[in-house]
Amino acid sequence: MTMAFETLTDALRPSYWGTLPLDAWIQSAVRDWLVPTLRPFFRALQWPIARVLDGLQGLLLAVPFAVIVALAVAAAWRWGGRGVALFTLVSLVLLDWIGIWRETMVTLAMIVTAVVFCIVVGIPLGIAAARSDRTAALIRPVLDVMQTIPSFVYLVPIVMLFGVGMVPAVIATIIFALPPLVRLTDLGIRQVQGELVEAGHAFGSTRRQILWEIQLPLALRTIMTGVNQTLMLALSMAVIGALIGAGGLGLTVYTGLGRLDIGYAGIGGLGIVLMAIILDRVTQALGNADPAARRRSPSRRRKDAAAEPLSQA
Amino acid sequence: MHGAPAARSAGDGPGARRIEVRGLSKTFGAGSAEALALARAGATKAEILERTGAVLAVNDVSFSVDAGEIFVVMGLSGSGKSTLVRCLNRLQEPTQGAIEIDGEDIVAASQERLRALRLEKITMVFQHFALLPHRTVAENVEYGLKMRGLAKPERRARALKTLAGVGLADWADRYPSDLSGGMQQRVGLARALALDPEILLMDEPFSALDPLIRRDMQAELVELQRHYRTTIIFITHDLNEALTLGSRVAVMKDGRFAQVGRPADIVLDPADDYVAAFTRDIDRGRVLPLRAAIRQPADAAAIAALMAEGAEAVDGGRLLHEVFATVGASRPVVVLDAAGRPEGVVRAADVTAALCAAPQRERA
Ligand SMILES: Nc1ncnc2c1ncn2[C@@H]1O[C@H](COP(=O)(O)OP(=O)(O)OP(=O)(O)O)[C@@H](O)[C@H]1O
Ligand SMILES: [Mg+2]
Repeated sequence: MTMAFETLTDALRPSYWGTLPLDAWIQSAVRDWLVPTLRPFFRALQWPIARVLDGLQGLLLAVPFAVIVALAVAAAWRWGGRGVALFTLVSLVLLDWIGIWRETMVTLAMIVTAVVFCIVVGIPLGIAAARSDRTAALIRPVLDVMQTIPSFVYLVPIVMLFGVGMVPAVIATIIFALPPLVRLTDLGIRQVQGELVEAGHAFGSTRRQILWEIQLPLALRTIMTGVNQTLMLALSMAVIGALIGAGGLGLTVYTGLGRLDIGYAGIGGLGIVLMAIILDRVTQALGNADPAARRRSPSRRRKDAAAEPLSQA
Repeated sequence: MHGAPAARSAGDGPGARRIEVRGLSKTFGAGSAEALALARAGATKAEILERTGAVLAVNDVSFSVDAGEIFVVMGLSGSGKSTLVRCLNRLQEPTQGAIEIDGEDIVAASQERLRALRLEKITMVFQHFALLPHRTVAENVEYGLKMRGLAKPERRARALKTLAGVGLADWADRYPSDLSGGMQQRVGLARALALDPEILLMDEPFSALDPLIRRDMQAELVELQRHYRTTIIFITHDLNEALTLGSRVAVMKDGRFAQVGRPADIVLDPADDYVAAFTRDIDRGRVLPLRAAIRQPADAAAIAALMAEGAEAVDGGRLLHEVFATVGASRPVVVLDAAGRPEGVVRAADVTAALCAAPQRERA
């Protein structure tokens, strides 16, 4: 009796009759169709990224340590104030002292490349989304998907399309880090007071003039927040990128994990954290440095910068 | 009611028709066709809102403005003044009706044509200033000139000159957030004036000014308007201001014009209780012409006798407060019409009566 019942309930499960080979379908769709068809396109895409990355990495490794430290501290002082400058100095000296300067520069080149391409792609996309509700309706679900798919899932197709190495890792980073910049550019432009845009129209501005004279300057602070978020996300991809052949601090952590060498993984992690703090502080201060933002909250500026918790790092 | 020559510019003769608005309506929200149908059937704004969810902001408004006129629209908050004026340069799309400026159909104008019009002909002062917070005061004033393609030094010079005119020369390189509300409002004013527009749309341009500066600005506006013959649509909810500035005044209520007329008409003959309620507190001496104080028809013999006694002759178009001292000297004055012919006699008692008279009694 019970036996028969169990057989019956089992028979209600589809897997009793066989497994739907969805994995095989995806595999063949991606391998036999997507990859061969799109490979030339993606190879072309790879080229500018490779150029920027190589150039930047070469530069960062060629410039003497002292010069880089001096420039970084000067920038931190200029935009972030004395505290950030001091922190930058101590951190950079420490990074060299513990022997991971080279890795730090490689990672820096990678994430800066990723962020540059995010800006080149993301800000125009954000502008397009802000200017047309239909474009926004098209772009938003794509961003949702990009943000919700775990990054491990798209590592596989990326490897199939681009192979392994630094450039594929940068591409994975771009996909992962792009959404907040698009969203915040869109938001920043939409948040500009309607009456200011109307004033632009009333004085005979074209749409382009309104964008450049009114919307972008007033959205700049929000857009800079987007750049900051993108930067932090890019940095958080450093270790995952090492899975598909990225070097730098991510590789240090990954190698340390593989060897169960907690010390080696630890210094790689420390390098990433210190970099995150410096970049976060400087880009945040940069966002607050634009005149419009300063005009709006003259006295709150310093306090804001101090009170805001570190994002992501 | 339309087409009446402007009271103050009677000397220049009637100007050419510049703005012509016919049957203009504007609704916000869905269901505009239904809302307009209800409005035609005589439903009120509140009923329409309840039944369709649409706000009927402007309801079948018609008027025209001649060159060099100051046409004032006044009315309570929410009566549709801003919406009306925004339709004129199509910051708002009219739902129904026709707008012509210098004979050109504005409702059908292309975006490109509209831009040219806004650049060269029509400009606007915003109720809430709408200054760009990331630009200095001078850069804000330069904005329209920049859009016209003027070079930096030239537009800066013009901006500084205009700023001096509104008393803000020292603030040119500050940011709007450094300025008080009244000062910001004057920057908004300067931004429009710097363009020497032919048609100026002013949405409550003096609302944030203190009484002294406000009077200066009013005088300046009248001066400017006389000099350049700018055509001005001026919005206010201050009837005294409306009556002082306006060649003609429209009183707006729930999206409609309750009355359109010369200031004296509004005061002497309010169309309904709503308009009458407004006129109760105004300073009649600043609105009524001497002519309005005449109580008896002219008697040629009596006038001749007075003239022989050396009575003064005064233009009947002058405002009561201007001639008060002359008439108050207890001697009767002879009132002249526009052509300089005697049209009546006014005594001090007549002036007092005109200043105090409640409109109801006059009509009786
Ligand atoms: N963008 C909009 N969307 C919906 N309703 C609007 C909009 N703008 C105005 N309205 C409505 O239209 C009506 C007229 O508004 P409007 O701003 O023209 O009044 P106003 O006479 O200028 O008032 P105020 O003196 O307060 O400036 C109001 O009932 C308002 O709620
Ligand atoms: Mg208004």
